[in-house]
Amino acid sequence: MVQWPPRPPAVVRQVEDVVAFLRTLRRAAIAMTAHRPDRRTLLRCAALPCLAALPCLAALPCLARAAPLAAAPKDLQAAVRRFAGGAPVREGKVTIDVAPLVENGNTVPIAVSVESPMTATEHVSAIAVFNEKNPERNVVVFHFTPRSGRAAVATRIRLAASQKLVAIARLSDGSHWSAGVDVVVTLAGCLEGS
Amino acid sequence: MARTLIHAPKTAARGEVIEIRTLIAHPMETGYRAGPEGRLLPRDILRRFTCRYDGEVVFAADLHPAVAANPYLAFRTVATATGTLTFTWEGDNGFVQTESQAITVT
Repeated sequence: MVQWPPRPPAVVRQVEDVVAFLRTLRRAAIAMTAHRPDRRTLLRCAALPCLAALPCLAALPCLARAAPLAAAPKDLQAAVRRFAGGAPVREGKVTIDVAPLVENGNTVPIAVSVESPMTATEHVSAIAVFNEKNPERNVVVFHFTPRSGRAAVATRIRLAASQKLVAIARLSDGSHWSAGVDVVVTLAGCLEGS
Repeated sequence: MARTLIHAPKTAARGEVIEIRTLIAHPMETGYRAGPEGRLLPRDILRRFTCRYDGEVVFAADLHPAVAANPYLAFRTVATATGTLTFTWEGDNGFVQTESQAITVT
């Protein structure tokens, strides 16, 4: 289904909102100082909305889709720590392939992979997937051996709400790597009755 | 016995990385859902999937309630020798099912 005119991306919409807000403020300020406002009042009127806009602009980068682990809620971080056994988890190496906008949360196709030669000395031993808002943090844990050939799997999961997904890979050298992604779900899975 | 679908190549070259896709008919009842009478339905999920190649584990997965009904898993393994691929699903209420498929490696 194609919507026309197309909805601009969220960032653009937010910028437009901020601009519209600035215009109203300025108009109100000018109306207040109706008859021949002196230079200082005008400057003040211009400065005020600029200050008001600052926090809005600062919030903009949060809209980016990549979701760092550090921004994850406490219980999600705790689940990741349990899997990593307290070892440090670095960002990178892991690729999560999932649609950014999911229509049906009951079956969400997801693929996770890690680039690795998969030799006896250097391979991926496990990949765990965690979520933010389902009743349980764990989703699935995959176990590999050098005979797996490639650390790449695909499955289908349930998502109860729009949320963050995190995948953690454990390598044979004991290091842990992570990737996070935000998914928007229109029809929630799990929670509604049969 | 639950119905299963297994897609694995019948033949492969030695050392080739082959893709295996498996699907099993199972409700994966989460234990968080209410039934028609409003009571929570007891959990009934598959807990573990294992793929063995001539008896050696080449891939395994721990499943949790967040895995969708009729669990689908696509993974890879190295075709090392002519032999048998064995797939085992284990779950709540003593559920165990094993399927196998032969593979010829040239």
